Amino acid sequence: MERVPILKIGGVLLVSIQIDLHDQSVLALQEDLAERISATGAHGVVIDISAVEIVDSFIGRMFATIASISRLFDADTVVVGMRPAVAITLVELGLTLGGVRTALDLERGMRILRVLGQESGRIPAGDPTGLEWS
Amino acid sequence: MTASGPEELPIVSDEDVVRVRQAVRGYAQQVRLSLVDQTKLVTATSELARNTLVYGGGGSARIEVVTDNGREGIRASFQDEGPGIPDLTLALADGWSSGKGMGLGLSGARRLVDEFDLDTEVGRGTTVTVVKWKR
Amino acid sequence: MAGEAGHVHRLTELLRENADVLIGRWVESAAASTRGRSTSAELERDFRELFTAVLPVASGDGRDLSGNGYAEIRSLLEELSRTRARQNFSPAETASSVFALKEPVFQLVDEQNDQDLFRQVLGFSSLLDALGLWTFESYSRARESIIKEQSEQLLELTTPVVKLWEGVLAVPLVGTLDSARTQVVMEKLLEALVETGSEHAIIDITGVLAVDTQVAQHLLKTVVAARLMGAECTISGIRPQIAQTIVALGIEFGDIATKATLADALRHALRREGVDVVRRGDGVKR
Repeated sequence: MERVPILKIGGVLLVSIQIDLHDQSVLALQEDLAERISATGAHGVVIDISAVEIVDSFIGRMFATIASISRLFDADTVVVGMRPAVAITLVELGLTLGGVRTALDLERGMRILRVLGQESGRIPAGDPTGLEWS
Repeated sequence: MTASGPEELPIVSDEDVVRVRQAVRGYAQQVRLSLVDQTKLVTATSELARNTLVYGGGGSARIEVVTDNGREGIRASFQDEGPGIPDLTLALADGWSSGKGMGLGLSGARRLVDEFDLDTEVGRGTTVTVVKWKR
Repeated sequence: MAGEAGHVHRLTELLRENADVLIGRWVESAAASTRGRSTSAELERDFRELFTAVLPVASGDGRDLSGNGYAEIRSLLEELSRTRARQNFSPAETASSVFALKEPVFQLVDEQNDQDLFRQVLGFSSLLDALGLWTFESYSRARESIIKEQSEQLLELTTPVVKLWEGVLAVPLVGTLDSARTQVVMEKLLEALVETGSEHAIIDITGVLAVDTQVAQHLLKTVVAARLMGAECTISGIRPQIAQTIVALGIEFGDIATKATLADALRHALRREGVDVVRRGDGVKR
């Protein structure tokens, strides 16, 4: 089974989904992420889905689940790069992402996490990028 | 209505669900469905293939190109010999599920396609057939 | 195309021998009805081609027109219908070009005074009827595809996505919105958000005459889809009548941002982008 790699950039964990996800890899990713957030104390998680061609209800629920898990560790989650066709389909499917934050691209997603981290004091003052912090 | 190129795929594992998705996308591209329609169809078939696997205990998918009055489309059928669906109205209602999940499977899939046909018998199994026409 | 197997089909022979005369008369009688939109030379060329394709099937009565034997004549007639449809001929004018071959053929057979030929020419007449009807049908099909093309072009023209500011896109919608058009707009707008990296979209419906439930639903879905992509979408220019319809239809706009005018929507988007628009103190135009 292919596993989705999780990269750490400063205080942020980056998950870039480049494969056609099947249900087992979705479950594995949720487990892996929980472990990594707990181990690293990351303040944010970015899930980049710009390469993802379909999001069905199972994958859609993964975003909400990951966001809930992150929240337990006091970390924010942003889903970035959703394609228009995917967004239209999700709306038609009747699926909301349960209040998960979204951003057009990775750069904006990182910016949102930085602002949220600074507002809540999870990124210490004197680290404007939030990248050195870990 | 004439049909061409039927393809049968087994659905007995997670990987098969992915394979069905990829096959459906291939067919959808072949008749040049718009990107949005391709995505809707592939998403619907992903839901249905998962239902076949999870609730039907496995089964098979049949995918083909269909034409009707010069219009082209894709038809996909999902068949299992599982327990069947005892209450259809309930199964097709939003937010209800007979197993895991939030029950978007059937009702959601129905909204994503142009034709939706469900044939089920308790103890015998379920067949769901969907068609998406080229706009 | 049964004909009389083994025998020479008399009519086919007669048509072949008198090809030039028949085509000449055919062109003459058809030219009267095309009123100068096709030159005689063009008609002559088209008809000669048709005539050549008709000869091998002249012994049939056209009942199995969809069969392989008629493939060539069918495709020639389709081509003719397409061209005629583009030249704004009516379907009747187009079909009568085919029927116009009857008269010269009947005349020729009449001169022969031959019972066999009379029988064969009846069959030939049915064939031409079938071919004429086929022309009629191909004409409608061609016409339909032209209309579809044109309405798609119109759609492109009437739904421009414009950039109002760095990061702010707008679609001014005008006229009557139907479900199909709204869907196209929705897709185009969302694509444009990604292409331009814009986080704000404004759907301005000042010029929209009426909104039904389906269209309102599509607008709402666009807003929700934009949100899923990480962008914000505002609907502006809801006219009083449309506001009443929306309320009467019981459509819930929920937490979706609506603004009275496009200007308000732009100001709202700019503020969200961190841009403030202020008037200079002296108020003098420069």
